[in-house]
Amino acid sequence: MKRFNGGYLITEGLTAIVSHGLMSFVAICIIVACLIIMGSFSLVAVNINYNLGLLEDKNEFLAYIDESLDDDVARGLQSDIEAVDNVRSVTFISRTEAKESYIADKEDSALYEDLPDTVFRNRFSVQVDDIEQMETTIDQVEQVSGIVKVSADLEVAQGFVVARNVLSGISLIMVVVLSIVSVFIVYNTIRLATFHRREEIAIMKMCGATNGFVCWPFVIEGLVIGLAGGLIAFALQWAIYELIGKAAESPAASFQFLSLVPFGTMAWSVLGVFCLAGFSIGVGGSLLSIRKFLNV
Amino acid sequence: MIRLIDVYKEYENGTKALKGITTRIDDGEFVFLVGASGSGKSTMIRLITGEVAPTHGRLMVNGYNLNSIRQKQIPFMRRTLGVIFQDFRLIEKKTAAENLIFAMQAVDAPPRDIRKRVPYVLDLVGLSGKEQCLPSQMSGGEQQRVAIARALVNNPRMIIADEPTGNLDPERSLEIMLLLERINALGTTILVVTHEKELVDRFSKRVIAIDKGQLINDETGGYYKNETV
Repeated sequence: MKRFNGGYLITEGLTAIVSHGLMSFVAICIIVACLIIMGSFSLVAVNINYNLGLLEDKNEFLAYIDESLDDDVARGLQSDIEAVDNVRSVTFISRTEAKESYIADKEDSALYEDLPDTVFRNRFSVQVDDIEQMETTIDQVEQVSGIVKVSADLEVAQGFVVARNVLSGISLIMVVVLSIVSVFIVYNTIRLATFHRREEIAIMKMCGATNGFVCWPFVIEGLVIGLAGGLIAFALQWAIYELIGKAAESPAASFQFLSLVPFGTMAWSVLGVFCLAGFSIGVGGSLLSIRKFLNV
Repeated sequence: MIRLIDVYKEYENGTKALKGITTRIDDGEFVFLVGASGSGKSTMIRLITGEVAPTHGRLMVNGYNLNSIRQKQIPFMRRTLGVIFQDFRLIEKKTAAENLIFAMQAVDAPPRDIRKRVPYVLDLVGLSGKEQCLPSQMSGGEQQRVAIARALVNNPRMIIADEPTGNLDPERSLEIMLLLERINALGTTILVVTHEKELVDRFSKRVIAIDKGQLINDETGGYYKNETV
């Protein structure tokens, strides 16, 4: 039965990291930097999505009804609006309810209690499914006979959508570019190690060592460098995120209206992604660099 | 046993290194492979060790058919061979014993076997007491003995020595050849590549001579002594 000398291979791999100290350190630093940049972009995108989600929970606009229509006819328009694409729900708000809601928002509400109901219009509160299609939905609702005006805060919604799309694009590009950079750095580190040990590799091969036996120490070296980079990047990313979170909560922050996703809720995912990325970068770089030395 | 039947080797740059070599080396033989520089000796060794494949012809090494051998089997074929080089190729940062241990670890030998085998082989080549010496602390002859010990340590069926005395003075060269002869007497096949006429003629062994990629002589009892210069 084939023996797997794991102890020897792991020792060789770890020893190599120590003996290539500076190069290993540089490789780990590069991986950490790349993962943090990738992670930061991704976390910003996650937060944009999260805030967009919060906004989508308030994805409603008001459709005002022609004043000349009496209440029964006005209520009858509900089915027409519900028939419009992307409309999730429609709620009729009478003049009286609109007035009560208006007054409730005021600090000195007593001043407004004498307002007649007729100052307000009957209206529908319309909720949509997809905030990105809100503009189209509003256009269609405006076409419904009896609807005279629509009120919606489109700019905020559109701003979030644009930011999310831009950041998703940038994140994707950064992930690809920085992954290539990281693999290249690890590739060079391991290549230097294999070049340094080419004589040993040739002797091993001549003695009858299998490719696996020759490869494993280098793969372990790359794996440890990659995983160390992943773990350090994770810890730093968490610290940076918490610092930004605290800064965002401070009264001086200009983006207090944004809610940050608590890092704890996504820590395992981030750790998993960073470790997987570190593993792929480390092992991928090792295998690329060792390949040509195996054809002895 | 090694068998070459009508073996040709042409490199990608068009060099025809071997042209129809047919010969066999049986188990337990001691054979010299001689020829001038560029005659094809090294190519023949590289074919036998599986570093390159023949362009044409059949090649068998210790039961492995190198014409159809799978890449994964090559390490196992190499374990039947021990190779010695002119420049020793020892790992400078490892002691004599560690060089042998390294060779045994490379073939996944169990630690218990390593502990038993390494002192035995070092003793066999006359290096008892030198186990902890680095190559830089040893003479050329001693370094070549370490290289022989490393070739022997995995108990191969055949030892291929590529110019093993090329870097040694005549006295040390003779010692190395006597050592190889002793190893041969213990049952290991020996193939020595050399162009040292005195050594070849001193040992009345079989001599395979190649020139310009072709086998020009195969006889026992010296080769150069018949040469007319």
